[in-house]
Amino acid sequence: MLKELEIVEKKYELVIGLEVHAQLKTHSKLMSPSKNVYGQGPNTAVASVCTGMPGALPTLNKKAVEMAITTALALRCDVRPLSVFSRKHYFYPDLPKGYQISQYDRPYAENGRVEFFWNNEKCSIGLIRIHLEEDAGKNLHFDERGISLVDLNRSSVPLIEIVSLPDMRGPEEAGAYLRSLRRVLRYLDVCDGNLEEGNLRCDANISLRIRGVTTYGTRVELKNINSFRNLEKALVYEAQRQFQILEEGGKISQETRLWDASLNKSLSMRSKEEAADYRYMPEPDLLPLQIQDSELKELASKLPELPISRAERFIKDYERSAYDADVLTSSKDLADYFEQVTKTIKDPALASNFIQSAVLALIQDIENDLPKFYPNADALSDLLSRVKNSQISLGMAKEILEIMVKEKSSAEVIIQARGLSQVSDDGALQAIVDRVIAANPKQLAELRSGKDKLFGFFMGQCQKELQGKGNPGRLKELLEKTLKV
Amino acid sequence: MGRLVELRKKFQKKEIGYKEYYRTFVDRLEKINPKINAYLELFSSDVLAAAEKLDSRSSASNSLEGLPIAIKDVISIRDKELNASSKILKGYRPARSASVVEKLEKAGAIFSGRTNCDEFTMGSSNENTSFGSVKNPLRLDRTAGGSSGGSAAVVAAELCVGALGTDTGGSIRLPASFCGITGLKATYGRVSRSGVIAFASSLDQVGPMADDAEDCAEILKVISGRDSRDATSMQVAVQDYPALLEKTPLKGLRIGLPKEFMKPEGLEPDVQARVAETLDLFKREGAILKEVSLPHSEYGIAVYYLVATAEASSNLSRYDGIRYGHRAKEFSSLKDLMMQTRSEGFGSEVKRRIMLGTFSLSAGYFDAYYSKAQFVRSKIQNEFLAALKEVDVIFCPTSPSVAFKLGEKTDDPLQMYLSDIFTVSINLAGIPAIAFPIGFDRSGLPIGGQFIAGPFEEGKLLAATHAFEKAARIPKGKLEC
Repeated sequence: MLKELEIVEKKYELVIGLEVHAQLKTHSKLMSPSKNVYGQGPNTAVASVCTGMPGALPTLNKKAVEMAITTALALRCDVRPLSVFSRKHYFYPDLPKGYQISQYDRPYAENGRVEFFWNNEKCSIGLIRIHLEEDAGKNLHFDERGISLVDLNRSSVPLIEIVSLPDMRGPEEAGAYLRSLRRVLRYLDVCDGNLEEGNLRCDANISLRIRGVTTYGTRVELKNINSFRNLEKALVYEAQRQFQILEEGGKISQETRLWDASLNKSLSMRSKEEAADYRYMPEPDLLPLQIQDSELKELASKLPELPISRAERFIKDYERSAYDADVLTSSKDLADYFEQVTKTIKDPALASNFIQSAVLALIQDIENDLPKFYPNADALSDLLSRVKNSQISLGMAKEILEIMVKEKSSAEVIIQARGLSQVSDDGALQAIVDRVIAANPKQLAELRSGKDKLFGFFMGQCQKELQGKGNPGRLKELLEKTLKV
Repeated sequence: MGRLVELRKKFQKKEIGYKEYYRTFVDRLEKINPKINAYLELFSSDVLAAAEKLDSRSSASNSLEGLPIAIKDVISIRDKELNASSKILKGYRPARSASVVEKLEKAGAIFSGRTNCDEFTMGSSNENTSFGSVKNPLRLDRTAGGSSGGSAAVVAAELCVGALGTDTGGSIRLPASFCGITGLKATYGRVSRSGVIAFASSLDQVGPMADDAEDCAEILKVISGRDSRDATSMQVAVQDYPALLEKTPLKGLRIGLPKEFMKPEGLEPDVQARVAETLDLFKREGAILKEVSLPHSEYGIAVYYLVATAEASSNLSRYDGIRYGHRAKEFSSLKDLMMQTRSEGFGSEVKRRIMLGTFSLSAGYFDAYYSKAQFVRSKIQNEFLAALKEVDVIFCPTSPSVAFKLGEKTDDPLQMYLSDIFTVSINLAGIPAIAFPIGFDRSGLPIGGQFIAGPFEEGKLLAATHAFEKAARIPKGKLEC
């Protein structure tokens, strides 16, 4: 039986680093003019370079380089003025040239960090490097027909590999890091960040060391992690597995393991001894990648406000908690939505609370659904400004929101059609108060004899008469005055 | 005047019609080629069809209009089989022509056929081919040199007026020298490599092979220039090479003589004698001779065989039997499929070089071999560039010997490698060189010399060669076919 993670963590510290591959959203491929598309018929988006025809030469996609540099700048990396492409060799049918064009000893970006809020605190995970490389194709196996076929649509699609330091100390932190990195990539609009579709891929390195020890233990690399849930599950499992081996006096062997989501465990893929010799060599078909200072400056000037800066600004300018700021900046569209509403109604607390408690409850997938969501920021601002000027109560606003979503109509139309406007007129409210008091002499006597709870009863009766449309503030004041409590 | 320019004049002046010319041409090709095995495939019907069309058109201004050009079997011609003289590419037909072929087509050239070469251009005698050795048209028991032996032989045997070869370590210049023709290896980056099967990417260059400097100039002008499909092709303006031919007289030309390449003990006596006569001629014509030194060229062969084999082992990884070409019939697993395919498909010299290259790129050896070789390579390059600051061109023999006998060196790879001792360093330096005839040995076999110049100075090379040709008037060799 594997022990609970808490037991593992009592004695050992987990040391985790992630290698993340992100596909860049370019129109064409990294080394070939063919289209960079997903989900098309096999081998329909290929050119002679991505099929490895004799004499085909790679030509570097400038847009991919720009996206790669933009990412490096956003992650505060040092960009190397002269980096080199290398060939990484291995034989496999999905690798048509017999080598992958990648970067090896001179990657285009080094150092850097990913910053994010986690557990209400600001975290920073260091990066070792980012390099630019081309993707491989895909082998498709048809067991029932006993054949395997190759689809090269993905061959030479641009990838950046972002390698972190072993800075993470637990599966949740690793998950938070990956989510935050993904958030940055999506803010920059360089990658879709879809783990299931494989345009974002994550390999994890994990080792254990006894608390207090400063050297690293032997690490294991986990591959085939295709969701955030699986990342955390795979890391927990691997920590438990290593714990058991260490506790039984065994040694961890340096190896690569594949996570099997259906079995909920990892399986050994290859040991260090079996590791391939990739015979890296500088790519002679491409000139070294020169990045000018002027290009860096230009791309830096085009960087959007990044999630961490935006969250910090929300904390400062709108007096939000770190938690709120983190939620509200989880996507660029949501942050824009919040900020636009806030600026219109001039009430960040109302905007933040209402969006988080009411709006987000009605949206399944914030990233995909928010851009086409109704009420948009203008319509929501209109709704919330009616709360602010007491035309409607917060409770009514939530009800109206649901109708707005369902009927795609404005707050104005809904309020008019259903007579939902709040009653704030003192004369009308006083008449109701007087009527309710007169109709409940028994409760009035009990209240006067000290049963304070019955104030709520009178509020409730009044609102019932008003079909819930009474302005709660005004009503309370008038009721108190009349009852002289 | 070379036959290319001569034939163009005849066509332009309508002294001969295209149809008439090509009928005789094809007959001759089909009669002579089997004797020398220089063309792997003759495009006879294409040639005749093209000639029909040309006859119905008025004379065009294209510089190579209607002229027959032969293409080495590593340069793609759309829909034509492309083998690199290897079994492993049997049946492969490219969907697109190489950039150089497209340029020749645009200039009006007609492709006479694809020429034999050493497998994947690896060889110095055109004997490493899956389709039989090329025979030297001047002496049928001799090699035509390699690897562009087929291209050299078809020019010498007058089975075209010009040909494209490729030169990685001397593959244009050595066969040009052995067959008594002129061949130019351009500056690395001058001519696009797109669509050209790679041997060693950082060394390979396509170049013209023809009767003389003028004919080479006509072809080079057409095929040169930046190509967006080849990232290593350079954005340097292409000169009007034919117009520059008279611009570099021998009088006053500073010619460097590298002492390392002129040692009498390294040369066959007849080669040595023709070199000495050539130097006398230079002096007579008013050239200024100056000794230069290229001390690291001593390591040229060693460096070349490390760099070239490393790149070759990588470039040839793609021939795995999965997508095109030969695939083994019997295999037990995926790995076995690839191994059997490559074992069956590649010839022994190719395998030797793949193994050498794989070894030098392996973990733990890379720094000692590949990195060290690149270090020495830059030293060789710097020495050439320094020497070329003091002189206009460098002169040296192309090969220490005349064409050797077929089979003479096939059992001794190292001896074979040494055939390229005067050519490989120039590829390592990335600079241009031209090989041209300087005379014959006592048995009538041609001897070649080469001029070497700085980057993108092809115009100067061609002009200096043209000046030499005019002064020396070396006769053509006698054909044996």
